[in-house]
Amino acid sequence: MNIVVCVKQVPDTATERKLRSDDKTLDRDAADGVVNELDEYAVEEALRLKEAHGGEVTVLSMGPAKATETIRKALAMGADKAVHLSDDALRGSDALSTSYALAETLKKIGFDLVILGSESTDARTGVLAAMLAERLGTPQLTLANKVEVDGSAIAIQRVTDYGYDKVEASLPAVVSVVEKINEPRYPSFKGIMAAKKKPVETLAIGDAEISADQVGLASAWSEVVDFAAAPPRAAGTVVKDEGDGGVKAAEFLASKKFV
Amino acid sequence: MLGDEYIELRKTVEAFAREVVAPVIGDYYERCEFPYDIVRKMGAMGLFGLPVPEEYGGMGGDYFALCLALEELARVDSSVAITLEAAVSLGAMPILRFGTAEQKEHWLPKLASGEMLGAFGLTEPGGGTDVPGGMRTTAVLDGGEWVIDGTKAFITNSGTDITGVVGVAAITGRNGAKPEISTILVPSGTPGFTVSKKYSKVGWSASDTRELSFSGCRVPEENLLGERGRGYAQFLQTLDEGRVAIAALSVGLAQGCVDESVRYVGERTAFGNAIGRYQAIQFKIADMEARVHTARLAYYHAAERMLAGLPFKKEAAIAKLVSSNAAMDNARDATQIFGGYGFMNEFPVGRFYRDAKILEIGEGTSEVQRMLIARELGLGA
Repeated sequence: MNIVVCVKQVPDTATERKLRSDDKTLDRDAADGVVNELDEYAVEEALRLKEAHGGEVTVLSMGPAKATETIRKALAMGADKAVHLSDDALRGSDALSTSYALAETLKKIGFDLVILGSESTDARTGVLAAMLAERLGTPQLTLANKVEVDGSAIAIQRVTDYGYDKVEASLPAVVSVVEKINEPRYPSFKGIMAAKKKPVETLAIGDAEISADQVGLASAWSEVVDFAAAPPRAAGTVVKDEGDGGVKAAEFLASKKFV
Repeated sequence: MLGDEYIELRKTVEAFAREVVAPVIGDYYERCEFPYDIVRKMGAMGLFGLPVPEEYGGMGGDYFALCLALEELARVDSSVAITLEAAVSLGAMPILRFGTAEQKEHWLPKLASGEMLGAFGLTEPGGGTDVPGGMRTTAVLDGGEWVIDGTKAFITNSGTDITGVVGVAAITGRNGAKPEISTILVPSGTPGFTVSKKYSKVGWSASDTRELSFSGCRVPEENLLGERGRGYAQFLQTLDEGRVAIAALSVGLAQGCVDESVRYVGERTAFGNAIGRYQAIQFKIADMEARVHTARLAYYHAAERMLAGLPFKKEAAIAKLVSSNAAMDNARDATQIFGGYGFMNEFPVGRFYRDAKILEIGEGTSEVQRMLIARELGLGA
C-alpha cells in the first residue's frame, strides 16, 4: 500500500506566535517550527498500517526551506521518503489553494491512501482533508480515531459528539485523524541517522504542474483585513453567594449562551 | 558544534522527558516506586541501545549519544537517568567490551532493547573506593562451575522485575599478596543469589538499589566475563567511561536547577516585583549558569577524547568532579531561590536537592577524582 502522509510545519504553540505587519500572513521566522501535532498521529498511523500491511510511507509537506526539519522528523520516525513542495509562489496560500497545490502533487506522485491530521495548530481551518478528497475525487474519511484496512476496503471510526460513526469506503481515500487514534513514537537514534540518507525530492510548482495564478497570497479567496493583539485577560466577576448563588451562576451561563 | 544527529537526539529526549517523565515522576518518587512504564517507553525509543552496535539490536550510536540522553533526562529527573546510566554503562557495556561472542549474542539484544536490565556488583559493604583491599566476595572453580560467596552493596538496577543479569566482581585467586579479581555473570534467579529489599535512600527514590548476597551460588565456568584476573582492569576502564556519563547526568541536574529557577523568579513576586528583577537573585542564577556551562564543556571534552581513542582518564575525572560540584551547588542555590517551596518534595528542585549529593559519591567519590587528577599530574604517594 502506497501511503502518503501530509505533514505541516507550524510555529511552536509553546512560543509567542504573530502575524507579519506587511502582508498580514503568519510570521514563520518569529517562532521555532515544529511538526503540527496532529500530523504526528497521522505519521504514526501510516507507519502502523505499513507495519501491518506492507507498502511504503511517503511524507508530503508544503512549506518553505525550513520545513525540511519537519520532514526529517517524520523520516526519523520511520517514513521511507519525502516530497517537499517548496516555492516562493506558494507563500500566503489559503486552504483552497493549498488543497489545490497538494492535490496536484498527490496526483503526480500517486497514492492508495492519504493521511493527515484533522487540523493544524496555526490556521485551524480543519477543511483540508475534505478539500483534498474533493479535488482528488476520492472518498473522505475524516476525524478518525481508528483506521482498518482490508485489501482495498477501508473503515474508520469517525469521532462525533455522541460517540462515533463507522464509515466505510474503498481505496484510494483520504483520511484525517484525531489525537485519540494512537500514541506517536519518539524517533530512535538509529531512525534519526537513517533519516539523513532517505530521499527527499524537492518540487517547485512547475514540477508538479501547479499553475501560479491559483496559489499564493494574491489568489487567496479569504483575506486578513486587520488584526490586533488579544487584549489582556480582564479580572473576573466575583459574585457573593447570598442564598441566590445558583440563580446568579445560571444567569452568568445564560448570558454567555452556555445554557 | 554538535552534529545534526546529536542535536536531533537531544531534542527528542528533551521532548520525551518533558512529555512522558515530568508529569508522572513525582508520584513514583514519592512512593519510591520503580517506573516500569517509563522504562518501557525509554526502551521503545532505543535509549538502552544507544552505544550498542546494530548487530546486537542497538542503535549503532556512541557513548556521547548516551551522555546527551542522560543529560536531557536528568534535567527532569535523575532516577530514570541513573537507571539508564547503570543499565547501559555498567550492565551492557562490559559485556559488549569484554564478553565472548556467545555472551554478547545471549545478553546484548535484550539489554539494548530495555526489555532486560543489567547491573554490576563491585562495591561491598566494606568499601567501594579501595576495591582490591575491601573486596571479600570470592569465586572458586568447582567441577566446571564458579561457586560465589559474598555480599555486594548499593547495586543499581539489581532487583527490578526485569533485571536479568548482574556482573559480579570476585576474588578468584591470589598473585602473591595481591588478590586476583575476575568478573562473573550471574543471571537473576540463580539459586544462592539473594536480592534483599530496596534501600531507603535520601534521593534517586524512583530507582532500584539493593544489597546482594551470594551463598554457594553456582554458575557455569563460561560465565566468566573477559579474562580471568582482569576483572579489576576491566572495571577501571568501565569506570572511566562511567565518569563521563555521570558527569553528563550531573550537568543535566545542574541545568534543571537553572531551568526551574529562571521560570520561577519570573512568576514569584516580593516587595512589589518579580524576584528575578533583584540582583541578589540574578547573580545567584548567573553563577548557576556559569557552573553548568563549564561542567558541560568539561564532559564534552572528555567524551571527545574518549571517542577519539585518546587518553581521557584525567579529563573524565575533572568532568566528574566539576559537574557533581555544579549539581550540588546549583541544587542548593535553586532550593534557596524557591524558599519554602524548594523544601517540598512535590517541586522538582526538592528532588534535585535530594538527588544531587550522591553525584559526589557514586562512580568514584570527589576525593577519588582528585586523587586521579593528582596522579595524572605525576604526583605520587
